[in-house]
Parts: sequence; C-alpha cells; structure tokens
Amino acid sequence: MKIVIVGNGITGITCARNIRKLDSNASINVISGETEHFFSRTALMYIYMGHMKFEHTKPYEDWFWNKNRINLIRAYVKTLNAKNKILLLENGESIAYDKLILATGSKPNKFGWPGEDLVGVQGLYSIQDLEQMEANTKNISSAVIVGGGLIGIEMAEMLHSRKINVTMLVREDLYWSNILPREEAQLIGKHVAGHGIDLRFKTELKEIVSNNQGRVAGVLTHSGEKVECQFVGLTAGVKPNIGFLDNNELETDKGILINEYFETSIPDIYAAGDCAQFRIPKQGEPAIEQLWYTGKMQAETLAKTICGDRSVYNRGIWFNSAKFYDLEYQTYGQLPPETNPEQKSFYWEHPNGRHAFRANYSSTDESIQGFNFIGIRFRQIIAEEWIRERKTIDFVIQNLKKGWFDPEFSKAFYMDISYSYLNR
Amino acid sequence: MKDISLSIASPSAAKPLQKIGATLTACAILCSIIAAYGAGKTHPLLFFFLITALFISAGILYSIPYFKARAGIKNDGIMQNSLSNRGAIAWGIAILMTGFYIILYWFPYFLEGLIRTMDPLSMMLRDKAADQWFLYGTFYTLAVLIMGMRFIAKYKFSRYHVIRTISVMFFQLGFAFLLPAFLLKLNQPEFYFSYFWPLKYSYLFPNDIDYLISSGNLGVFMVFWGLVMTFIATPVLTYNFGKRWYCSWVCGCGALAETLGDPYRQNSDKTLKAWKIERWMVHSVLVFIVLTTTLLWLNSWKSGTILGDASGLFSQWYGFLIGSVFSGVIGTGFYPIMGSRVWCRFGCPMAAILGLFQRFKSKFRITTNGGQCISCGNCSTYCEMGIDVRAYAQKGENIIRASCVGCGVCSSVCPRGVLKLENLEEEGRFIPYIRHEDKK
Repeated sequence: MKIVIVGNGITGITCARNIRKLDSNASINVISGETEHFFSRTALMYIYMGHMKFEHTKPYEDWFWNKNRINLIRAYVKTLNAKNKILLLENGESIAYDKLILATGSKPNKFGWPGEDLVGVQGLYSIQDLEQMEANTKNISSAVIVGGGLIGIEMAEMLHSRKINVTMLVREDLYWSNILPREEAQLIGKHVAGHGIDLRFKTELKEIVSNNQGRVAGVLTHSGEKVECQFVGLTAGVKPNIGFLDNNELETDKGILINEYFETSIPDIYAAGDCAQFRIPKQGEPAIEQLWYTGKMQAETLAKTICGDRSVYNRGIWFNSAKFYDLEYQTYGQLPPETNPEQKSFYWEHPNGRHAFRANYSSTDESIQGFNFIGIRFRQIIAEEWIRERKTIDFVIQNLKKGWFDPEFSKAFYMDISYSYLNR
Repeated sequence: MKDISLSIASPSAAKPLQKIGATLTACAILCSIIAAYGAGKTHPLLFFFLITALFISAGILYSIPYFKARAGIKNDGIMQNSLSNRGAIAWGIAILMTGFYIILYWFPYFLEGLIRTMDPLSMMLRDKAADQWFLYGTFYTLAVLIMGMRFIAKYKFSRYHVIRTISVMFFQLGFAFLLPAFLLKLNQPEFYFSYFWPLKYSYLFPNDIDYLISSGNLGVFMVFWGLVMTFIATPVLTYNFGKRWYCSWVCGCGALAETLGDPYRQNSDKTLKAWKIERWMVHSVLVFIVLTTTLLWLNSWKSGTILGDASGLFSQWYGFLIGSVFSGVIGTGFYPIMGSRVWCRFGCPMAAILGLFQRFKSKFRITTNGGQCISCGNCSTYCEMGIDVRAYAQKGENIIRASCVGCGVCSSVCPRGVLKLENLEEEGRFIPYIRHEDKK
C-alpha cells in the first residue's frame, strides 16, 4: 500500500508516525514544500526572539525518518489527478498513490484591504513567513498588528523583543473577546498593555498606505486615524490552504469537505487538520479545527482508519492552552465568552492581575461544565474527569488542590479561591 | 499617536549596565593577572579588595536588569548572543577558564602573587597562609554567590528556583568554604560535610578513614557522617525526592553549574548519540571508583602484601584523570561550549549512583500534563543535562531519567505549563497519558 501525505506539519507527521506504528509494511511518503523536516510551528516565535534556533524546533532528529522508513519529499503539489490517483508536483515530477492524505494546513487571512500586498505587510504561519518577517523588520522602529487573536499577541511579543513599538488594532472592545469572558479579556489586555503594547480597541483597519518605494508607511483606521509604521502584521485568523485544489472535482467549501472518518468526496482521499472542514460538524463544535491539539488528535484517529480500523473522530472534552506574554492560559470544557442561560459562572482574580480562575456550572444540577485558568497550571486529567463525571461546583472548589499543577513551593491560590467562593 | 517609548525603555536599558558589568569583570581579571605577576605579594590587601569588589560589583550590575524587569522568562536573544551561543566571547571565556585550571593544577607557582592576596582572609579564617586551593575555593564561592544572585533575579517568578538557589549558595559558602576553614582553625581535619563518597572518593579510602579516626572524636564523627550519608541518606533521600536533593540543592559542582553555568545551559548536546556516550562514560567512572576503593581496602586488609603499590597507583590515576582533568579542566572550563553540566553528566560517579536510584527506585518524576505538549522544544533546549524532555512530553510520558538533576528549568520555560517536578507514589510513574476516548 502506497500512502502519500501532503503536508509535514503536526497532522501529516502524526499520521505518518501512527501509520508506521500500525503497519510496518506500508510505503509512507510525506510531501512538503515548506521544510525538509518536521518542525514545531508553535515555536516559530521563539526562533525570532532568540530563545531557540530552527534546529531546536525539530521534535525528531534527522535520522528518525530513515529509521522509520518515512520517505520525505521536498516539493510543492501543483495539481491532483484523482481519476488516475496521481499528484503532479511543481518541479514537474509526479507521484502515484493508493491512499492520499491531505494535511496542507492554513494560510493567513486577507480580507482585500487596500495595500495588503505592499512590502512589509504579512501574516505569520510558515517558516517562509518567519524569514520574510526577519527581513521586513530589520532596523524598523514601529509596527502595527491587525487582529487581536493568539498569533497577533505572539507577533507583538516577537516584535517587542527587538525593541519595535507595537500598535495592535482590535476590532472588539476587549482583547480576544470572541473567545474569552470579559474579565479574562480585560485582565489579559491590561497585562499586554503593561508590557508596552498599544492596544486600540474597537478599531478596524481601513487601508494600508505606502511610501513612494511601494513599502508600507502606515495604516488608516475606520475612524480616520493614521498610525505610522514600517511593518504591518496581518493576524486576523487563518483559512485552509487548498489553493492547489481549485477547479478540482474534490468537494471543498472553505476547507476540504470530510465526514467524521476524514473521508473526502473521493474514495481513498482523506483530509485532516487545519485544511479539512467537517461536512456536518457535531453540535457545539466548529466545522474547521485549527489547533495543534486537534490536528494531532485527528491524525491519530485517521491513522487507524487508513490501517483498516475505520474509526470515528471524537475529540473528547475540549481543551486548549496559550501564553500571553507571561500569562499562561488553560481552558477545559465549555467556557463561552457569554455564559449561556443554563450556566452559572464563578470567577476569581488575584489582586496582582496575574492569576485568575473561572468555573462554569449548570444552573440546574450545579455540575461543572468548564474551566479557565490564567497564571495557574492545572491537571488536564482531573479537569476532564470532573467535567465528564459531572462533579458539583462545591466538590470542585473543595478539591482544587488535587488538580493543582503549579511548581512546588508556589503560592497555593486554591485556598484564596475557596475563600472567595464561600464568601461570594 | 501615544508615545510608548518610555514604557518599553526597560529592556534596552539593560544593555549599558551589562556592558559596564563586562568591563568590571575584565578589570577584575586584569587585576588578578597583575597580582599574580608579583604585585599581590607586596600589596595583598589592596589587590584582594580590588579583585573581590570588582567581581561583586560586576555581578550586581549584571543582575540589576533582571531585578528591575517584570517577572517572566528572560531568554530573548540567547541564540544570537556571542556569549551564550558559542561565539567568539564564549570561546575566549572557555580558553581563559581552561587555562586557569591548568595553571592551578599543574603550574600553581604562576599564581604565587595571586595566592598571596588571599593570605589575610586565609589567616583570618584558618590561621594558615593561603595556598592555591584556598584561592580556588574563594573564587569558586564568589562565583556561586555572585552568579547565584543573578540566577535568583532571572528566575524570581519561581519560588522553587529562588529557594533552591539560596540552598546551593548556603551549602557552598557554609559547608564547602567556611566550615572546613574553621575546622582547620580548631586544628581539626579539613572536612567537607557536603561531599560524600564516591564524589569525594577519598572519604571511604582506608588512608583517610585511618587519619580521621586517629585525629579524635570529631574525626570519628566525620567517618560516621560519611558512611551514613553514602549508605543511608543517599538512598533514602533519593527515593523520596529524586537526585535533585543533592545535585541541584546541595552539591558544590551543581552549585557552580546552576549559577556560573546558567548562561550556557542551552549548549548541552541533546542527541541520542550523546545520551549513549553519557551512559557508558558515567557508569564506567562509577565502576572505576568502586574498583579502586575495593582494591585499596583489600590491599589494606592484606597489609599491602598482595597488590603492593598497584592500588595506590590506581587511586593516583583516578585522582588525576577524573578528579582533576575531567571535573575541573573539561567539566568547568568547557561550560561555554558544551554546557554547564559536562562533569555531572559524563563523569560524576555520585550522579551515576543517584541516577540509578532515581531511575529504578524513586518517587520523583517530571509529570507531563496530559496531551498538552505543543512540541515547541523549549524544555529540551534549556535542559542542562541534555535530556530530550520534549521526546517524553509530546508522547504524554512522564520524564524519568537517571541524569535529571531536577533543576526545574524545563518546567519554567514551558509555555503551556505542561511539566511539573514532583514526588508522588512510586507506583504508576511510568504509565503514559492516554486520552479517555482512546481507552479500551
């Protein structure tokens, strides 16, 4: 069986590794134009900031691929010929497959802003983007970031580490408020501003203006304000990277359409990770999952299907994590920005603005439904177990210590939290 | 546009202070050279104060930006800095330090003038003129204290790091510097209560034991202490806390690595090949020292009739190859090139024993928090022992490795809070995380 995987990100590589674990005979081929070897995309910011070099971001040593007979092909795919089961590569070569896995990831969103293609305007997703950012930010003094999400804050931190002044344009009235409840959004906004980032809320980009050499010179906002800068980071989300499938018979919408087995509209072609879109998403879950964790879990499930054990994807209890400058953030279960009518919410915040805790629970039976932790580390298995077993909020607060994951000798905030809960 | 240049002034303000710090360090080294050349003999006090004051103020200046900065990870620019990224400055320091060790061990007469600057302190503490080892001990302790202060400032957000660093500074100053000097003053054997066999291998050699016992009650207690620490405290403490109780909380070699060596921790080799070499080397050294000790005791038991001088020769060679060349010249001299724990990782027989306990019989582990690893690589990069931490974390496995000294930096630099050092039940520590949905 010849398996060809397009994309060597977390989804493609997890697929390849898991297929090899399940099937020692399969021919496994991974095509990528981005890099020769798998690296951790989440670590791009650390390369720019000088915490690591590119080689440190490679989770496996270079001999690993040969040893596990995973054939790496460095090329971009030009077109897919599904009828003959052949991929045509941009270098003119072609490659045949028995089973094809598309894990091509994302690319930064652009919304047709005037000036979005100027020199010095870019998103951040690939290693090529990082190289471009390195070139674009040489010897500059100020930058504007459009979009108040995770990559936006990472980009701000990156630029700031090089002493570049950063202004962030955020469409909402608080940071990341389409995901975070107001208190958390406020806390993070304050922390980020405290690091010297100029956050402009309720501000939308109207136009990017150039100097006379075709390079960015500033931005204009909807309110008519002008912000001068030599770099613009576009971080208003990402979209599936499926340009090579244009005019193909493979069914696509925003992403490649798949069912719960990652099967596309054509037999023997599968898609997973950022580039895939569930035809019928499960209730309360998004059609496109664009996270490291989901990419990994999707790939693990898909590998089983490829190796003959057709398995339904079940991502389990939702979790995610991030870091905003010095603030770590973990979330488990259902924690919408606005508490839904059947939910109650308990929130605690430390006066120093570096630690916060939220628990959402059912207003009928008081069972726990979701957690937010900021500046607090918590055990995933405990949080998930409590949500799954519908423990009551009282039980959760009393047993917080059990899941506490902060380093030894750290202050025991679970005491403060339970006092605050009892006195609410 | 709002002027935000003031609010972000602090990071760039670090630069001039650190430049002045570097200049003062250079002045201190220059003064040391001048003193060694002869001026130290004629003006011992002047040079003593000049050298220590310059080193200390350099250290303070170097630490100020960390104290002033917001608490958090401070690794910006490490991979672009010549000092920390094996650049010209790193090689310069490596050569300087290696050269110092070579002179110290084999050509101490070049340091005569510098040693004399230590006479006033030595007389005060030990009622005895300084020698090259007292000079070395003073510099060593100064380095641990000064760079320990920097470490505390850099990792001030973590109580674990602050307490642990105060601990190594305390043991270095108290147990490895002041107490032995004080014992000499009292005409007692110069004994280091914080070093045990097999790191301080001679403490279980027949000669040392005979000498200590013959020197009186305190000497007998020292022998007792050494035996208890080696055979009872070591296994018990390591079972409960992992080898960190010693390697990153008490040990003097660890103290230097954690403080003076911290700027270089990222230079340790993380490859599988390095791990293989490490296991062969460190366990060979352990076998070597166990053999040497056994031979010496056999020989002593048979009154030297069986082995003659062979066992003495064996221990001399151990002392030269392992005690001097490995632990000093390579172990410390190569900090900037090979990372701060070369000796601890490849050569220390104490670390080897503690490691065997830690791996096979201990409650200690670095717990991986479920499936939260994003494989970024910060943990592996900043592991001074060259452990590929990420390789475990991304599989949801706990990190249980013989070599882990429990410094806790992997846990600190993890941007997702995935790692926690802890002592839990011994049972089940090797069981990896499996998603509930994947459990059969």
